[in-house]
Amino acid sequence: MSEATALYDIPGPVTRRRHTAYAVLATAVLLALLAWILYLLFATGQFTYTKWMPFAYEGIQELLLRGLGNTLKAFAMAAVLSLALGGLLATGRLSEHRPVRLLATFVVEFFRAMPVLVMIFFVFVALKVQPLPALVAGLTLYNGSVLAEVFRSGVNSVERGQREAAFALGMRKTQVMSYVLVPQAVRAMLPAIISQLVVALKDTSLGYLITYEEFLHAGKLIASNLDYDLPFIPVVMVISPIYIGMCMLLSWFAGWVARREQHSPRTGAAEVAPAEPGTLLP
Amino acid sequence: MDVLTDNFHTYAEGFLGTVELTVYSSALALLLGFLMASFRVAPVGSLRIFGTAWVTVLRNTPLTLLFFAVLLGLPRFGLVLPFKVFAVLALGCYTSAFVCEALRSGINTVPRGQGEAARSLGMTFGQTLHLVILPQAFRSVIPPVGSTLIALAKNSAIAGAFSVTELLGTYRTLSELGYNIVWTFVWIAVGYLIITLAISALFNLMEHAWGVAR
Repeated sequence: MSEATALYDIPGPVTRRRHTAYAVLATAVLLALLAWILYLLFATGQFTYTKWMPFAYEGIQELLLRGLGNTLKAFAMAAVLSLALGGLLATGRLSEHRPVRLLATFVVEFFRAMPVLVMIFFVFVALKVQPLPALVAGLTLYNGSVLAEVFRSGVNSVERGQREAAFALGMRKTQVMSYVLVPQAVRAMLPAIISQLVVALKDTSLGYLITYEEFLHAGKLIASNLDYDLPFIPVVMVISPIYIGMCMLLSWFAGWVARREQHSPRTGAAEVAPAEPGTLLP
Repeated sequence: MDVLTDNFHTYAEGFLGTVELTVYSSALALLLGFLMASFRVAPVGSLRIFGTAWVTVLRNTPLTLLFFAVLLGLPRFGLVLPFKVFAVLALGCYTSAFVCEALRSGINTVPRGQGEAARSLGMTFGQTLHLVILPQAFRSVIPPVGSTLIALAKNSAIAGAFSVTELLGTYRTLSELGYNIVWTFVWIAVGYLIITLAISALFNLMEHAWGVAR
């Protein structure tokens, strides 16, 4: 760690002793913090049998699994549709016709500047749509717009010589795009695209707010059950590792693809930064 | 247009609620993000592990889940605070992970030679840090921190769904009063655009004044 930054010199014997002292102190403080949290959990009776009993019931397990399935269903639909919308909007932004370009730019910039929840609520409340289509529509509009920017910057980041060489060979602009630019861009963009899909996966939990019966909603149903003595903390302790684990797995996959692509000669011509969370900064 | 003029008070209240949430959460996120970034580059192993765990977990947590856990979970430990404070806590902690990553990569952009040169001139650690490294790191973190704070302003909409007064929540009051729902949302959208554009203008100015000249 410290080798990578400009912050520290190579430590000498005195400094090493001091660092060891800091390490012992910091570890003690962190362990004390952990112990305090555990004490609070026990003191408020979060590990009683009544609170954990529901998770042994088959009906409750089915409820949770159905919720998880609904979450994944919304994610899959939103992912596919936002990739399609992203492709469409990116094509619009790269178009040679000015009106098309302006329209696509306006759509992309507007939806990136809006909170995704406003769109979901708009579709749900104003257009009176069912929760699942409303959630998918909101996620698609937002992530599609962000992905359009990723696609565009990917295509633009392919070295100029590639485009020029293709045109010099007499290819038409559609051929240049589909045979030369896009194949190179997609490889370089893959990590950024997957990172954006992590955002979509995280945002499926917004469905909870419009009463879509997803994972968090199932958790809430169990947590507010008086028969089990309101097992709120146990529910959080069960569902959050699953949620966070899914997102971490996808993030890790993005990182793995990025590391693999870094050493691949095929992506030498393009360099793509990870997607920015909807920003208006130039 | 009627929707805005008739209910200017409701809109103004919601708008100010969102601004307030954004400002307090930004302050908390910058503070915590700075702390976590210093943990992550510290020469102490346990602090580095803590910082890394904080960032990895929070970056992969759905914000709704965090809100759910903080707003409805912390009261179970006997910690009863206004919902607004809980919302600031959830938003601030969530965003701090992203701020931490921006700051850390900013520190990593400073070439090693800068620190080595400072030390060979006899500067102490404190002097190296605040005269040489942080000023250079500060310049390169302005744009990423800006986009993080814009994301924070947009994420504050979730607080409205947990009954904290803010802009998105105004739709509930107005639709009960029977106003046109589409126009209600148009003015909410305008409100969010004003906030995000204001933040990006502010950070553009900062970038202009102190950013890296490339």
